[in-house]
Amino acid sequence: MVVTEEIDAQTALGEVYLRSLMRSQLRLAVGILGLVGIALGGLPLLFATAPESRRWELLGIPFPWLALGVLVYPTLIGAGWLYVRQAERTESRFAEMAGE
Amino acid sequence: MNPTYGSVAVIVVAVATIAIGAFGLRISRTTSDFYVASRSVGPMLNASAIGGEYLSAASYLGAAGLILAFGADMLWYPVGWTAGYLVLLVLIAAPLRRSGAYTIPDFAEIRLESTQVRQSATVLVVLIGWLYLLPQIQGAGLTLRTVTGAPLWVGEVGVAVVVLVNVVSGGMRSITFVQAFQYWLKLTALLVPVAFLLIAWHGDGSPTPTGEWALPLSGATEHDLYRTYSLILATFLGTMGLPHVLVRFYTNPDGRAARRTTLLVLCLLGIFYVLPAAYGVLGRVYASDLIGQDRTDAVVLELPERILGGTSGDLLGALLAAGAFAAFMSTSSGLTVSVAGVISQDVIGRRLPGVVSFRIATVVAVTVPLMLALAAQRLPVANSVALAFAVAASTFCPLLVLGIWWQRLTDAGAIAGMLAGGLASGTAVAATIVDSDRAGWVGALLSQPAAWTVPIGFVVMIIVSLATPHRMAPGVVRTMVRLHTPEQLDLDRGPWRPQRSR
Repeated sequence: MVVTEEIDAQTALGEVYLRSLMRSQLRLAVGILGLVGIALGGLPLLFATAPESRRWELLGIPFPWLALGVLVYPTLIGAGWLYVRQAERTESRFAEMAGE
Repeated sequence: MNPTYGSVAVIVVAVATIAIGAFGLRISRTTSDFYVASRSVGPMLNASAIGGEYLSAASYLGAAGLILAFGADMLWYPVGWTAGYLVLLVLIAAPLRRSGAYTIPDFAEIRLESTQVRQSATVLVVLIGWLYLLPQIQGAGLTLRTVTGAPLWVGEVGVAVVVLVNVVSGGMRSITFVQAFQYWLKLTALLVPVAFLLIAWHGDGSPTPTGEWALPLSGATEHDLYRTYSLILATFLGTMGLPHVLVRFYTNPDGRAARRTTLLVLCLLGIFYVLPAAYGVLGRVYASDLIGQDRTDAVVLELPERILGGTSGDLLGALLAAGAFAAFMSTSSGLTVSVAGVISQDVIGRRLPGVVSFRIATVVAVTVPLMLALAAQRLPVANSVALAFAVAASTFCPLLVLGIWWQRLTDAGAIAGMLAGGLASGTAVAATIVDSDRAGWVGALLSQPAAWTVPIGFVVMIIVSLATPHRMAPGVVRTMVRLHTPEQLDLDRGPWRPQRSR
């Protein structure tokens, strides 16, 4: 049987294929969210534990305003771009393997 | 502000909205236009439409007002509203599009094969929709008062009537182009004035606000670290559960396009959300008296007059007012369509013909939040919106995330989790609407509930699902194939189609 038939018939092998696809996509998602979570979610913790960080300045702009007002947006977009690229790769690998 | 320019701007936007709605009636009569559109709508147009519908009064007026009043901690609002789309992108965008669901109740039915879950989700869509409509309507009242001096209720009733006429006449709901136009109108209406304002500010010697205000976690608000994290959780996880967000994903041709569209949405929101901070900072310099008057939501509208004055100030003020009204119209229309859609489909049902049922549902969908707006205590627009995010994050986020990634979710678990998360966050919201000035931990926990209500939703959903393994949906594997495999593969994805296309 080819892979698509295995999946359609819900054989044990078919489920393994499906599961491995879901697992790699979930791993990617959790990885991206983890990185963004640490980068963004770490900021309040940084401000709380090292209060002087709230007074840092970069290019004359206070660091909290630069980070939260501007830099955060390219970071989010970059993370999104990375995710889309990887997720599409995973899918084309899956499609290739399934005999597309 | 010169009332003539402002009134003209608002009237032009209102008339244009109704006119486009009436025009739309001729070219689109049914919701199935989404299906037609799905074949012709490119990602850029679609992303603009999502942005246009999403950027509400809270984004346009509220965020700047909160930044003016409370400083750096409030930057998390626009950040969270953008990051919510990243979370949506990586966790649910493609699977949700592949599910074929048109609304969240549709998704619940597809995944869990249960009408009870569908009904629970329906109730929640209506409640969250109303909670989100409330600040839009109040914001419209505030804008009209600032622009023309009319009492609050005039703008509140006015926007409700325009939305009602617009939605009942069939306009806007299926016209991707109109919502896309709204994004660019709102961006222009904020971007052009801020350029002039910044030049004038530079000419003034670039005065910058200083002191505790400019620092995050300055201690001005109690328990501000908890509040910050709770807000992060609500906005990051709540976006995916807003009733009017999901429908737009249907206009993507497939899961891959849904991802690419969402990425573009992230870019569009990233450009837009730099602006509220600029208005907030300028407001701190030039309009800090608004804090004492409790009118910080008006800061965006008042800055041109205060900084520039004269005709240029009036004209830019009118442009900002037009953009603000566009924000109420587009978000309110999108929400009303979504709420009315589920009321007519799941509550009124087949007892009445489809069009009649949708019209009755629309009247209900607009009237209830209008009554609430006229009666309720005024919260700052952005705060009030944050409560809707908290409820969505505590109920629909667990449903969508677990439904997509966890095969063992059961209908009993989903209902119990939505009920627990919904009751917890709903109680907090009700308590905050009644009295928003509670002090201490109680005040913090009630006004920013997501940090404890989101875990409640998830944990209850998981535990009850594990306790009821016999209730797993029989076709769950087939559904997972449908959600996760790329469309080009020839696979059996099950028979489910959205009700509207049957």
